[in-house]
Amino acid sequence: MDKNPILRIATKILFAPIILFGLYVQFHGDFGPGGGFQAGVIFASAFILYAIVFGLEKGKELFPLNINLFLLALGGILYGGVGIASMLLGEEFLSYNVLGTSNQAGQHIGILLVEFGVGLTVSNVMIALFYAFADFKRSGETK
Amino acid sequence: MISELIINAFLVSIMLGIGIALLKSRSVIYTVLLTSAYSLVAALMFISLDAVDVAFTEASVGAGISTILFLAAMAFLPREEEKNVTSQVFPAIVCLVLGGILIWCSYDLPQIGLASSPIHQHIAPEYIAGSRNDIGIPNIVTSVLASYRGYDTFGETIVVFTAGIAVLAILKNNKKEVKKLKSKKKVLDNG
Repeated sequence: MDKNPILRIATKILFAPIILFGLYVQFHGDFGPGGGFQAGVIFASAFILYAIVFGLEKGKELFPLNINLFLLALGGILYGGVGIASMLLGEEFLSYNVLGTSNQAGQHIGILLVEFGVGLTVSNVMIALFYAFADFKRSGETK
Repeated sequence: MISELIINAFLVSIMLGIGIALLKSRSVIYTVLLTSAYSLVAALMFISLDAVDVAFTEASVGAGISTILFLAAMAFLPREEEKNVTSQVFPAIVCLVLGGILIWCSYDLPQIGLASSPIHQHIAPEYIAGSRNDIGIPNIVTSVLASYRGYDTFGETIVVFTAGIAVLAILKNNKKEVKKLKSKKKVLDNG
């Protein structure tokens, strides 16, 4: 879409570090500021940047819509699934203590999974909204 | 203490300036960018309150992604806002009175960060102690968010999910309607 070489090359250089930073924020949320919400938004920004610079078609090639919608639902299911799993193991909904060998280990696993679920849902909602808006705009233009 | 006062006064005056500029602006893109700048200053404000997690969220969600989504949605809006012709005297009075009441009430608030204030006496000590002993992660915000208040965060995630699905459904329906209108128009044109 955009022929500007500076934008294209900058996007190519920035894409991987943004994803890496997203992963850092996602999994470092236990130790410093961060967590699923912020990480999800950072992930989404990488894919949105790609779609803005290289065009929606290329963006959808990189991150197809059906995978996007699947992951969107999977995040919520993962979060709820952790709750159900702790119920099946004989505790209350979202009591992570039973998930690991000790209480603390269980809490670590539970928080990690739950935050990952949040990150999945948030990032994919953002990407899906961007796709929808960008797509809608074009269908309106051809009117 | 005095440096904190200077920083806060600086941030608040920037926020006030952006607020006034927002009131004056009629161009939609200008409004979106000003809102983004406002979020960024709000993030700095949260940092000065030592709430880095909230600041992070505000900077990434408020200043970052929502600006992009607003810009993407802007394509459906007219470039210029219509001029407001109704009288703004009554809203101004309401705002001034409400603001005055809030400032008056703020004198009864405990000092910011005071450990003996009621909000820090209720359940916070339990969370702070429990985060180390029961959960074992250094970031108390995460342990409250994901473990102690896991239900609330589950609700939040579902809210984000539902909002996303709702917007997708609305946009998809509209698209179908545009197509329907187009095909109808074609039939009319041909017939």
